[in-house]
Amino acid sequence: MDHIEDAVQTYILKEFLPGEDPAELTDSTPLVTGGILDSLATLKLVAFLEDRFGITVQAHDVDVEHLDTIVDIAKLVRSRM
Amino acid sequence: MATVALHELLDRSARDYPDNVAIEEPAAHEAGREITYAQLSAFTDRLRDLLREIGVRPGDRVGIYLRKSIDAVVSIFGILKTGACYVPVDPTAPTARNAYILNNCSVRVVILERRFESQLRAELQALGPLPSLLVLEGTVGGVPLGAAPDREAVPRTAGSVSASPAPDDLAYILYTSGSTGKPKGVMLSHRNAVSYVEWCSETFQPSATDRFSSHAPFHFDLSILDIYVPLKHGATLVLIAEDVGKDPVRLGALIAERRLSVWYSAPSILSLLTQYGGLDKYDWPALRLVLFAGEVFPVKHLRALQELLPKPRYFNLYGPTETNVCTFYEVPAKIPPPRTEPFPIGRPCSHLRTKVVDSDGGLVFRGEEGELCVAGSGVMSGYWNLPGPTADAFRLDESGDRWYRTGDIVREDVDGNYVFIGRRDRMVKRRGYRVELGEIESGLYRHAAIKEAAVIALPDEEAGVRVTAFLSCRDVKRPSIVELKRFCAENLPQYMIPDLFVFVDALPKTSTDKIDYQQLKVAP
Repeated sequence: MDHIEDAVQTYILKEFLPGEDPAELTDSTPLVTGGILDSLATLKLVAFLEDRFGITVQAHDVDVEHLDTIVDIAKLVRSRM
Repeated sequence: MATVALHELLDRSARDYPDNVAIEEPAAHEAGREITYAQLSAFTDRLRDLLREIGVRPGDRVGIYLRKSIDAVVSIFGILKTGACYVPVDPTAPTARNAYILNNCSVRVVILERRFESQLRAELQALGPLPSLLVLEGTVGGVPLGAAPDREAVPRTAGSVSASPAPDDLAYILYTSGSTGKPKGVMLSHRNAVSYVEWCSETFQPSATDRFSSHAPFHFDLSILDIYVPLKHGATLVLIAEDVGKDPVRLGALIAERRLSVWYSAPSILSLLTQYGGLDKYDWPALRLVLFAGEVFPVKHLRALQELLPKPRYFNLYGPTETNVCTFYEVPAKIPPPRTEPFPIGRPCSHLRTKVVDSDGGLVFRGEEGELCVAGSGVMSGYWNLPGPTADAFRLDESGDRWYRTGDIVREDVDGNYVFIGRRDRMVKRRGYRVELGEIESGLYRHAAIKEAAVIALPDEEAGVRVTAFLSCRDVKRPSIVELKRFCAENLPQYMIPDLFVFVDALPKTSTDKIDYQQLKVAP
């Protein structure tokens, strides 16, 4: 069941952390509070999640609580599948 | 025209339209709050009395460290009514940066939310004597501030009146990015603000039935139009919370459901609204004006927006914090499809004069490029406690008039409109905020592992500009990009965090041993 985490990690590395060692981005790395996801990046990530996993993310889910770590994001995706 | 004080605009409306709703504060999970003109005027009188009790005097500075809320607007007017000037800081920025600002202009009092208290207290104590802290448990529709005087057991000062500041007394100080790595305070007077608000009245013809957006944060100069123009005319100001303001889906719904008639923001959020806001789902009967300022609006997105929302008039407003809006341009009703070049910044506002000069200060011929300079009642007094940069910012002409040098290179086209060409220094606009690349570099140098830092900005179709930091490190083992992003998030406002980090053994140098930025810009 780790494929969601892997896909999200790969996407974030490619889009927002080019050049980073993948080992540095763990499931619990803070993304929003850690300065990796700004508002534009968050929108792009949500569009990716919707497209890749065929889900709909509600506007009120687009916040720090649901998106601050890869674990949080995977939980959000599973709850919408 | 007699200059009045900003708070007199509110009190006049409170007399003329006591029962009109002055401010609405939509909340995420409830109906939200609102406050009438009569209530707003009464609350601000009580806060004025409380601030006087704490020791605030005319000419003092008072900090505002609150999320955007009715309480924050009450704070602004309560402060102005004492004759002091307000200093709003960004509640989402690192506490250390805000403490620097509040200490820099030696505020007498800070009005803040409980959640910021302990960290701010610690940061301020490290810098010097602690100002008084007026701590609110939260920000709920003006209630905490309305109740604050009771809690503090302030004797009711019957018959006390608001201060009548002179036109050149300061009304607010807005801190902007500084090239030396520290933010600098732009000092604006009542005359500066009121003359601008009057130009807005003349140009946009607001009425008591208008409903204005408040999208920009209060530490940003767009907030001056947002707050004072509707309140001068008995109209309604609709506050947009920071998180909703970044979210095009919720924002599109809010503009439609709240029947906003005047929208004002940076172009970046309008681009996002156009692409992601689902604007075609709604009717827009009320929206009559779309105003934007702060950066170049890519024509592709502006045209798409106009096609989605054909009814409103669109205005490009231009001006640095030092002058607020100084030129304006109305976008034609239909943008021809082949056009890709950005629209002009337009002609000078009626309360200001402009000219274009060469590097020696001589006027250039129409059509030639030069630096835009601005004079008149909207131009700032100077930078707080920075006589050198203040002197450098102005050029005196033969008749002794002070002309503010914008640093923006423009040319005047055949229609008499100014066209923006670029900057003469290292400032860029990112999501409407001005960013001195030097301030980002200073922030990066604070990291122990960083030996050299150079930051460049390149145009980007999607994000406007893309900011890249080139770094060399003291040790072989470099910090991770994740760590650097976190370090930046702790030390810089979010809009200053670089998009890309590139590590090099050593930065390229010019023959005079300065960092060779030109070479970095063409690096792959």
